[in-house]
Amino acid sequence: MDAQTIIARRVAKELQPGNLVNLGIGIPTLVANYVPAGLRVFFQSENGLIGTGPIPEQGLAHPLLTDAGGKPISALPGAATFDSAMSFGLIRGGHVDITVLGGLQVDAGGQLANWMIPGKMVPGMGGAMDLVSGAKRVIVAMQHAAKGKSKIVARCNLPLTSARSVDLVVTDLAVIAFPGGKATLLETAPGLTVAEVLAVTEAELVIPDTVPEMTF
Amino acid sequence: MKAVSAEEAVAMIPNNARVMVGGFMGVGTPERLLDELVRQKKSGLTLISNDAATPGKGVGKLFDGAQVSSMIGTHIGLNPKAQQQMLGKQITVDLIPQGTFVERIRAGGCGLGGVLTPTGVGTLVEEGKQKIEVDGKPYLLETALRADFALVHAFLADYAGNLSYALTARNFNPVMAMAADTVIVTTEHIVPVGVIAPDHVVTPGPLVDYLVANG
Repeated sequence: MDAQTIIARRVAKELQPGNLVNLGIGIPTLVANYVPAGLRVFFQSENGLIGTGPIPEQGLAHPLLTDAGGKPISALPGAATFDSAMSFGLIRGGHVDITVLGGLQVDAGGQLANWMIPGKMVPGMGGAMDLVSGAKRVIVAMQHAAKGKSKIVARCNLPLTSARSVDLVVTDLAVIAFPGGKATLLETAPGLTVAEVLAVTEAELVIPDTVPEMTF
Repeated sequence: MKAVSAEEAVAMIPNNARVMVGGFMGVGTPERLLDELVRQKKSGLTLISNDAATPGKGVGKLFDGAQVSSMIGTHIGLNPKAQQQMLGKQITVDLIPQGTFVERIRAGGCGLGGVLTPTGVGTLVEEGKQKIEVDGKPYLLETALRADFALVHAFLADYAGNLSYALTARNFNPVMAMAADTVIVTTEHIVPVGVIAPDHVVTPGPLVDYLVANG
């Protein structure tokens, strides 16, 4: 299993029946591919849709039905469309159960930086700040390291997305939560030891007595 | 409501105007008005739009010809020309969270001075803003946003200017249709009064100043 598949499949396990879920672009988008058939989960696209479906078959795309990246999507039976004020009312108002976002850094206290690298990459925050501030549960789906550097850091040195801490981080190597505001290793990827995860993690992690491997 | 040509509509917009444009990554954007802004070479525009779309599409066309001097939006990452113009300091870009962006416009259209939002507290976004506690929770005071012109794209417009929208092309359009001195609308279809049932009208006709006629 490649890194992205490990992350997407493990995040998919967090979704509960009836959840309203927002998936960010990149790895988070892949989560939808691993939701068990029959689990009634509603996906929101912040450009104004609840009930997003898969990429339409050839010839069935509609130019006025797209995801937040402007790419064609489909809508499932029971879908609803609305304007951006309502879309962000849903997000900020605590009506979205889970938001899954990518990350540049998450620190030992669970704070997330994911919207800019000063002087290098300034695309704008889009909906990320509202999602992290307002969703009931925030899950970060990202690679554990980039260019050999841990993305789980002692303290974020990139600008924060929100003062609010995230709830769960799922990487290709580990699952980390923040009980009591402390990064805690909950699971390791299949075949990895705790020591191997710690060796590539900059932040100090609390290690419970048992740390199982991820299951899917 | 008055029916006009795209050429007449855009002729009303002076250089350096403050223009709000509906759409999300070019979806639900009044393309005919943008094409006409390009053709009439309007310049120095302050663009209020969610994103910069992509080169050649939606508001992206305005960056192709460097017609924007200032942008207020939430994301320009998918338009390399807008990025270059920002990094080269040819344009100023005010990037704000998307939920704050739409609420500031909503406030502007609804007679509110602004809104209180928790989004951005404890981040770079709070710099220079008033922080207000309500029931012990901190919020930022985000002020109302209005424009000289709102360029809106609907799905259906009737002869009275009533508008309805389609799928994800609704986005910022109905909110912007309330927040500008002059509202100019393009639409996919112009239909007789009554085709849009009163319950399905999203933007009531009296909000529309000019409807761009077919052809």
